[in-house]
Amino acid sequence: MGIKELWHRLGSPRWFFEMSRRWPWIFGGLALLLLLSGTLWGLAFAPADYQQGNSFRIMYIHVPTSLVAQSAYIVMGVAGFMLLVWRMKLADMVLSAIVPFGMSMTALSLFTGAVWGRPTWGAWWVWDARTTSMLVLLFLYFGVYALRQAIPRQATAGRACAVLALVGTINIPIIKYSVDWWLTLHQPASFTLTEAPSMPMVMWMPLLVNVLGVYCLFGANLLGRLRLEILKRERSTQWVRDVVLSGRT
Amino acid sequence: MKLFYGQLRREFIVMFESLEEVANPLVFLFLGITLFALATGGGVDALRDYAPAIIWVLVLLANLLSLEGLFRRDYEDGTLEQVVLLAQPGFLPILAKITAHWLFSGLAMTILAPVAALILFLPGSALPVLVTTLLVGTPALSLIGSVGAALTVGLRRGGVLLALLVLPLYVPVLIFGAGAVLQQMGGMDTAGQIYWLLVISMVSLTVTPFAVQAALKVALEQS
Repeated sequence: MGIKELWHRLGSPRWFFEMSRRWPWIFGGLALLLLLSGTLWGLAFAPADYQQGNSFRIMYIHVPTSLVAQSAYIVMGVAGFMLLVWRMKLADMVLSAIVPFGMSMTALSLFTGAVWGRPTWGAWWVWDARTTSMLVLLFLYFGVYALRQAIPRQATAGRACAVLALVGTINIPIIKYSVDWWLTLHQPASFTLTEAPSMPMVMWMPLLVNVLGVYCLFGANLLGRLRLEILKRERSTQWVRDVVLSGRT
Repeated sequence: MKLFYGQLRREFIVMFESLEEVANPLVFLFLGITLFALATGGGVDALRDYAPAIIWVLVLLANLLSLEGLFRRDYEDGTLEQVVLLAQPGFLPILAKITAHWLFSGLAMTILAPVAALILFLPGSALPVLVTTLLVGTPALSLIGSVGAALTVGLRRGGVLLALLVLPLYVPVLIFGAGAVLQQMGGMDTAGQIYWLLVISMVSLTVTPFAVQAALKVALEQS
């Protein structure tokens, strides 16, 4: 199947629903496997940090959740763009399916950051660059959530959220940069793919596994919610009735 | 361009007819300053240290207050529908509305900033930086805020929601604006922040009119 055909097919929620029957399970299984092994590896087998001792191990949760929280917002912006330009139904559903996951990951990242900060900086909360931009990200998520709640008509709400998500996505790099300006107690980013890792391989590998794991979790969550959303929105159609009645969901 | 000036003229006429509405945010600015002075005990040192923060935060909030009415009146009497649907290109009258909003909120507050600085004991040497940052930063506030105003125009209780949508997007402007004044007070160079404010205003100018147009179309659809 060529790109162009795939593109046209994506316009049909039904096609996607039938295509993706197994995907949440595949991603969910991968996520379970990766997160279990990565977390176990990181918590039990990776060596303790020579400065931070064992407290650094929360990094194995903190870093993946922070990364995926930001990626999820960008995915939301892309979905918003697709909805506004091509009026793709599926993009609207992606937009509403992402918000809960992104919001909870941002909250989890802030929470683990606080727990990590207590032994490392001696304070639960510090107004440094990346904590603050994560907090702003949480507010951005909340804005999209609140806007959707406030608009009664679904189609309208979707496109209003798309505009907001798009503007927010353009703003995210500027917010990050500006917040970096009034620097910073935070250590520089612990995880990049473009540079050689600044930590030893034995500490970095479990982190990589967990990052991959949390992205699989994102995929599983998104696809699961998306499928549910398709059923909800297309509930008046014949094919949904057939699917539900035959129990093939 | 005729579209732009026509709309601008109309905005001016409307504004001059309801001057008290234009004055409200400015009064709010000084009311807020008074509250801060009362809450901090009115001490010269505390107020001077926090003056950039107080002024910038209140400018943000005052701007937000005046945004709510940006499209509301035209939305209610149906003019907005005509403007958005009929004008070609449709972003010109929108840009005119935003320009008028900036003239009566951002620019007005910039002009009044020396008075605000005076009663907050901001050192005179920091005043030019404060005025410059306000001058180049407030257009971004009007532009970004207009997206929020357009998104919430059709909603009955849009006020708090508008704040929730817009304030996080104001963060960079606040950081560079207040930061520049603080740096000046600390004897450091401030050109970087001022350039950044200009960048943000320019990017907003190119992007937001289209976002506003899209948002208004969505809002008009639900009515």
